[in-house]
Amino acid sequence: MIEFQDLRKAFDGRPVLDGFTLRVQDGETTVIIGYSGTGKSVALKHVVGLLQPDAGDVIVDGRAVSTLDRAALTALRREIGFVFQFAALFDSMSVFDNVALGLRRRDLSDDEIAARVQEALALVDLTGAEERLPAELSGGMRKRVGIARAIALRPRYILYDEPTTGLDPVTSAVIDQLMVRTREHLRVTGIVVTHDMRSAYTVGDRIAMLYEGKIRQVGTVAQIQETEDPVVRQFIEGRPT
Amino acid sequence: MIERLGRKTVDAIKAVGGFGHFVGDLARAVPDVAVWGRLTLVQMRRVGVDSLPVALFIAAFTGVVLALQASYTFTGTVPLYFVGTLVGKTMMLELGPVLAGLALAGRVGASMAAELGTMKVTEQVDALETLAYDPQSFLVLPRVLAGTTMFPVIVALAILTGIVTGWIASLVLLDLSTQEFLKGLKLFYRFKDTWFGLFKSATFGCTITLVGCVVGLSTRGGAEGVGRSTTRAVVYSAVLLLVLDAFWALVLLR
Repeated sequence: MIEFQDLRKAFDGRPVLDGFTLRVQDGETTVIIGYSGTGKSVALKHVVGLLQPDAGDVIVDGRAVSTLDRAALTALRREIGFVFQFAALFDSMSVFDNVALGLRRRDLSDDEIAARVQEALALVDLTGAEERLPAELSGGMRKRVGIARAIALRPRYILYDEPTTGLDPVTSAVIDQLMVRTREHLRVTGIVVTHDMRSAYTVGDRIAMLYEGKIRQVGTVAQIQETEDPVVRQFIEGRPT
Repeated sequence: MIERLGRKTVDAIKAVGGFGHFVGDLARAVPDVAVWGRLTLVQMRRVGVDSLPVALFIAAFTGVVLALQASYTFTGTVPLYFVGTLVGKTMMLELGPVLAGLALAGRVGASMAAELGTMKVTEQVDALETLAYDPQSFLVLPRVLAGTTMFPVIVALAILTGIVTGWIASLVLLDLSTQEFLKGLKLFYRFKDTWFGLFKSATFGCTITLVGCVVGLSTRGGAEGVGRSTTRAVVYSAVLLLVLDAFWALVLLR
């Protein structure tokens, strides 16, 4: 279970997260929605210790992330797959090496690594792209490689940072299907950060709206779709102010 | 005014603290040999082989110019074989290490700052961390070790090139014989001349690569930030290199 406990974070004196509290149950996919620049990605980066909170903490299976030493943080990161907004693939490495990189930190033989890479690439429909470089891939393919890199590690948790941003509607739907398939195939707990409502409705078990540094509302997809909260309503309907 | 001064002082203290923290993290990455060992060899090839043409090109012309300037300065009052002395001493003690160092600050330091800066702003460094890699052992240590070990090799070859071109210029342009040039070269030669230049160039290599990595990994804000980091890496490296040059002269040559 992942718990955000009264998380606070400011940049240059400007508060971004201001008492962010949320519980993500095992086996479910929770989608965090909210306007651009409201701190959704910032919250996600606290889960893997890429950012240190000003106050509060993220608790992963009873471990307070900000208090972990380097070895414990590395152990925690081995349990979590992170899919970055723009995939964050290593430019100089082939698709194979990008996916294999995390596996090389584990006690696996070269054959086992190759098998895991093939399996992950097959799951994202990229079999045959092993030798291509990231620069030769489309935006959607890059995101799929990013997902393959995360799932190849067979993590307990997967964190998706804006997985469909910048993609056309069809490619976005493919990525959504992929996230659903990943959850069903690997039974992982997921957190998806997005402002794409169609994606949120497709992949989420629960949806939480982040507004002014706090959770404004959290509920099932149906509860969010029927909300009477004017702020959440305006956001999910995409109405200008 | 006082407020601005105070802010600058705080920023300077923060920068020093940040650098200390960075070096501490680097030291903690040393036991992670499985990661940095293989990558160091890759970086040694990049730093060494790729930088060699620039360093040798500069050294070749420096050797010729030194020989001609020596002959011009001596104006018949000093025996011409002293051209060999001046070319050898100057290449070994100063111009070999410093000119190659300055050229490589632009070549190696800038390219490291740009590469790591781009990785930083495109979240590749964050991705490395989430894959349980320490950026210090994956990115920084291999580059710093490669710089520290390869710079003396590059400088040694640059010194040799400068002396050879100085000798050829003496033969062809100054009517000096090989025996006379070698006589001058051996005159006042001490083994310290060699190790001083090579030791100095190792510290230059360490400094240039460390600055490139520190500046690159502190990059913020897209392509413009990468550009700023690249420029900053070259300027800081060049300034530190000259300061270090004076420091070693003061400590080791007095």
